[in-house]
Amino acid sequence: MNAITELQSRALADIEASDSLQRLDELRVRYLGKKGEVTAQLKSLGSMEPEQRKAFGQAVNATRDALNQAIVARRKLLESQALEARLMAEKVDVTLPGRGETRGGLHPVTMAMERAIGIFTKLGFDVATGPEVEDDHYNFESLNFPPHHPARAMHDTFYFGDGRLLRTHTSPVQIRVMEKGEPPFRIIAPGKVYRSDSDQTHTPMFHQVEGLLVGRNVSMADLKGVLHAFVNAFFERSLATRFRPSYFPFTEPSAEMDIGWQKDENAEPGWLEILGCGMVHPNVLRACNVDPEEFTGYAFGMGVERLAMLRYGVTDLRQFFENDLEFLRQFH
Amino acid sequence: MQFNVEWLKKWVAVDLSAEEIAARLTAAGLEVDDLRPVAGEFTDVVVARIEACESHPDADKLKVCTVDDGGDEMLRIVCGAPNARPGIRVPLARVGAKIGPDFKIKKARLRGVESFGMLCSARELGLSDDHSGLMELPPNAPLGKALRDYLGLDDATIEVDLTPNRADCLSVRGIARDVSASCEAEFTPVDIEPVPAKHDARFPIRLDAPADCPRYVGRIVRGIDSGAETPLWLAERLRRCGLRSISPTVDVTNYVLLELGQPMHAFDLDKLNDEIIVRRGRTGEKLVLLDESEVELDDEVLAICDADGPVAIAGIMGGLDSGVTGETKDILFESAFFNPATIMGKARKYGMHTDSSHRFERGVDPAGQEAAIERATALLVEIAGGEPGPLLVAEEADYVPANRAVRLRPGRLQAVIGCEINNETVEGILRRLGMQVDWDGEQWTVMAPSARFDIEIEEDLIEEVARIYGYNRIPEAPVAGELAPGTTRSHRVSLSRVRESLCAAGYQEAINYSFVDERQLEAVSHADHVLPLANPLSSDMDVMRTTLLPGLLTSLARNVRRQQSRVRLFESGVAFLQGDTMNEVERIAGVATGEAFPEQWAINNREIDFFDIKGDIERLYSMKGSSSSPVFVPGELPWMHPGANAVVELDGKRVGWCGAVHPSVLKAFDIKKAVFAFEIDLDPLLERDVPFAKEISRFPSVRRDIAVLLPNDVTFMNVENCIREAAGPYLERVVVFDVYAGEKLKDGYKSLAIGLIFNNVSSTLRDEDVDPAIQGVVSTLESHLGAQLRG
Repeated sequence: MNAITELQSRALADIEASDSLQRLDELRVRYLGKKGEVTAQLKSLGSMEPEQRKAFGQAVNATRDALNQAIVARRKLLESQALEARLMAEKVDVTLPGRGETRGGLHPVTMAMERAIGIFTKLGFDVATGPEVEDDHYNFESLNFPPHHPARAMHDTFYFGDGRLLRTHTSPVQIRVMEKGEPPFRIIAPGKVYRSDSDQTHTPMFHQVEGLLVGRNVSMADLKGVLHAFVNAFFERSLATRFRPSYFPFTEPSAEMDIGWQKDENAEPGWLEILGCGMVHPNVLRACNVDPEEFTGYAFGMGVERLAMLRYGVTDLRQFFENDLEFLRQFH
Repeated sequence: MQFNVEWLKKWVAVDLSAEEIAARLTAAGLEVDDLRPVAGEFTDVVVARIEACESHPDADKLKVCTVDDGGDEMLRIVCGAPNARPGIRVPLARVGAKIGPDFKIKKARLRGVESFGMLCSARELGLSDDHSGLMELPPNAPLGKALRDYLGLDDATIEVDLTPNRADCLSVRGIARDVSASCEAEFTPVDIEPVPAKHDARFPIRLDAPADCPRYVGRIVRGIDSGAETPLWLAERLRRCGLRSISPTVDVTNYVLLELGQPMHAFDLDKLNDEIIVRRGRTGEKLVLLDESEVELDDEVLAICDADGPVAIAGIMGGLDSGVTGETKDILFESAFFNPATIMGKARKYGMHTDSSHRFERGVDPAGQEAAIERATALLVEIAGGEPGPLLVAEEADYVPANRAVRLRPGRLQAVIGCEINNETVEGILRRLGMQVDWDGEQWTVMAPSARFDIEIEEDLIEEVARIYGYNRIPEAPVAGELAPGTTRSHRVSLSRVRESLCAAGYQEAINYSFVDERQLEAVSHADHVLPLANPLSSDMDVMRTTLLPGLLTSLARNVRRQQSRVRLFESGVAFLQGDTMNEVERIAGVATGEAFPEQWAINNREIDFFDIKGDIERLYSMKGSSSSPVFVPGELPWMHPGANAVVELDGKRVGWCGAVHPSVLKAFDIKKAVFAFEIDLDPLLERDVPFAKEISRFPSVRRDIAVLLPNDVTFMNVENCIREAAGPYLERVVVFDVYAGEKLKDGYKSLAIGLIFNNVSSTLRDEDVDPAIQGVVSTLESHLGAQLRG
């Protein structure tokens, strides 16, 4: 009996001391294998007295179970230590930069334009487009600009010498949409426009978003409501607005909308002109075969660069068209 | 239009500050651009007289003046002004006076002589830019009187930026009308009485172009005093309105222009021959104008002529020879109505812009000529004496425009502005604007004053009512309307996704001008179908772009110059192709240069090549789904590298191109690195079929790899087409996983390693399904393309 006890304690000590899975396996074979020491003890059972055999058998079995358990436990431990060691060896410097292409980004004018389109689309406006090379009819005449009128001089126009011109505003799209369809109309027309003017605050090409809504019972109150909702949504804050009477040949009454604006915390709050608008002039409706007695409508137009400058803090208009990566990369 | 508040208040009984008036003007649509005091900040400046003037003992340019400021003692003041002389009255800043926010006048010692104050120039007091000498005051200026009170300097100048429809407000009278309405103040016009004729001198006036000039009123004034001087009050008003005092006659015409909005002209009667004829100019006629420039006339231009020829360009500027001078004794006043359409654009044509042309091209009051000439006559006689003759009125009444009555319905007013304004308020507004208003129980009939020829239809009246009532009092209606579903079309890829895809591939969006230098288009072989601008801003923006490439190359070059080694830019926009008709093609284009990846520690980097950019394009087209895929056909595009450019085709139609830009093109753009570029039409890219799900296979796929030796000129497209023809129905995908050309192969040959992936939706594929397909593929490649299967 003592031999068994002694075997068990020696084996347990060996197992406890094993420092690798391989060593542990060798111990398993040495003690519990077919030719192992514990197995040999069991084999000796046959030669024992029956009353001895029972007790000895129980003792050997207990030893085998104990060793088995110890081996399993030791294996678990060694395995987890081995895993730990491997994982530690695989440790990376997570602060090193990641691999692959860096993202480019959208132009800030596109961002502002898409933002405006998104807001108006939610308000139920459809996007309409038109050509950039227009003629006098669509750009001026049908918009109620009399020939030679000083209002035309407000639009420094690029001409092609054959009656065609580069559109000076996106308003011709109003006409094209109304000519083709039946009221009600609810569209916005985003796009490039051109004026032959180039200085610190003017570029010969810029972007506008034009809006037109024509229907029954449409009033200036509706116009004010939709534009205030727009600027609040665009700038994500509740802005003060004011409407000043103005003049555009294609709207009557006409207005300009200012928003209350503070350049920064220390700046004086002031008014900033943001867009022109008005009720569609009856002559314009009539030119598109819309009866101004039955339908009224409003129209508005805004400069996208202006919106982008305010929203994204751009101070020099000309930067928009220089395409300097240092500038562009600030937008995403 | 610039005016001073003091003058305005003579025309309208308004008791508001300049700031409040300015705010009302802006709110009523006369946008105030500037509001400023008419003089600088100063205190304790008084009228003084120089009694004596001696040279400074130690300074050549200084004088020692004895000055009387109305006090008990004479003051000694050292002064450097060239016009300092005994007898003149000038502004004196006494010791203790403040000029501007910081400058305090102290007792001073100038080159050893003590000085007790400072005599001032107009500029020092912020009254004008004149710093040539002391400001000279009239001989009757009361000594010791505060200059601020004497000149009425507690006044402000307001500058309004007028819209072109409000020609009536190019006058103090017109502004006063608006102020009267928007401030509910009484309009108090200056009485203009006819000046009785002192003689019967007449001058014939003939209207040969009645449509251009239907009214011309003249008057002779004889014997004016050529030595007379413009009174201070009038000169001051002119100054505060931005005009310089020149001579009594000119000042009076300018005064009337500002006050009533009627431009006038004064001829020296002695220099006019026989008669005035208003007619179109004749080609070849020349005239030297008051500004001494010589202009050539033609039949587009309206001229004022005498028997010998043109003496003025109507409505723009008078001639030098017939103008008044210091010696002029007898004059002929002109006060005319010219048709705005005749005058429009003419000043611009001569590179001029005058106060007169500005008003005539916007339109003056067609009934205002007599009043203006009466006002001018009265003022001139008051200042410079002279004897007026009778009014000489030439008129072709049929051509004189007249306002028509316009109706205004309360219901329409409410419908357009969206709120109710009571009838009394409406009538009050219209009346204060000078309109005659009749109410018949249902609607108003409104007659606008002759200066308000912009009132033509009901909406014009609605705007008048609304702007005076206040746009800001119109409520904001909540956004409403029937909700229509948005029109997002699923068979259309959105441009945003395309842009996003390029951003993800490292491209930054650029926006270039639509006009380019034609030479740039020539450089990239795109100079066909070019539409040139008739009036370009400059020669480097003289034609519409037919491709987006030059703009992008220019932007790329600029960035490379600014030390950006790796540049990727894209742009979407229109290419303008002028054929029999204009074709505006929406395109998306990109350029790329530098390494394939951003510099990084764990990538074996390399220069970008053809397949990088092709991959970028393929990813764009993959958004179309399976409807059709682009085919890259070897191209012969002259602006591209001959060995690395492709034409992109969709369903057999050319939709774009890509590849390496030709080095000689790059040279033209001053770029020294290799640049890859693409340009594709947007419409076919965005068009797609709505995806429709197919059954997917639940069985494992089978892959077979083959390696074939091929002559170099066989393209992968040839190979793939062969494979697809021969591989049977189970072929799912073809991948090429190696391309090798090198020493180990025989000359003129390359090796392709290709994987073929088979699958079937209804059963697991067995070898006997796939083996014949592979054999078929190999033998087709051998027979069609001269391929050899490699071990």
